[in-house]
Amino acid sequence: MSAPPDAPAQLQDSQFLEALRRQMLNFARLQLRDDDLAQDVVQESLLSALKNAGSFRGQAAFRTWLFAIVKNKVVDALRQRQRWVQPDQSADDDDAEEWLDRLFDRSGHWQPAQQPRPWGDPQRSFEDERFWQVFAVCLDHLPARQGRIFMMREYLGLEADEICNNTGLTRTNLHVILHRARLRLRECLGNGWFNGAA
Amino acid sequence: MLDCREATGLMSQARERPLSLRERWALRLHRAMCSACRRFDRQLDVLREAARRFASRADQPSADQDDAPPP
Repeated sequence: MSAPPDAPAQLQDSQFLEALRRQMLNFARLQLRDDDLAQDVVQESLLSALKNAGSFRGQAAFRTWLFAIVKNKVVDALRQRQRWVQPDQSADDDDAEEWLDRLFDRSGHWQPAQQPRPWGDPQRSFEDERFWQVFAVCLDHLPARQGRIFMMREYLGLEADEICNNTGLTRTNLHVILHRARLRLRECLGNGWFNGAA
Repeated sequence: MLDCREATGLMSQARERPLSLRERWALRLHRAMCSACRRFDRQLDVLREAARRFASRADQPSADQDDAPPP
């Protein structure tokens, strides 16, 4: 993939484009769980974004624009498909019961060391590039299905019913998965950023 | 009486569906007594906002040289 000759110099950088393509592809694969479809979505998005490459002043702006296109195309693809051929019953949450026992004692109360502590001023964290690195690592560390469902809900903004239709999950399953994803992500951001040593 | 595990579960579900009157009442009672769960509830909002900003964060001011306006 290369940029048109009249594109700004930053976009002639094939390493940048390749890294971007891989990033988008990882995201689309995770959400769509269909390699061919993910490739198509990313390819179309890149072509469409590169057509307008001349109007971007920098790589960051281009990246934002491209991500918005990929996001819309992924949402369209998910909605069109309506339902997975097979219900999504991957067993990557098998460890979750034990994991919850680490957070809560037998009577269901927070273990003392696991109680959420204050997070200070999150808005300021949002402006810190290092926060987003921690956020990305924490997302990656979620069990794959939890991460995907969490991003469908919170990033793609799909409603609970749409996610259930897409994945074949019951509402109860969906609630359990999102609860666990949020517990994990909250803990990871607390340890890795808000209440960490950094 | 809700325990923290159940309370955080309802707080999470409240982001996907309206809670029943009974659930809201139980949660209110628990929140009144439990500062850890009050924090959890607020931090769920932070998670949501962070997820929404995640991919578009290049919109934010950044020290990245590529974003610098031409002199």
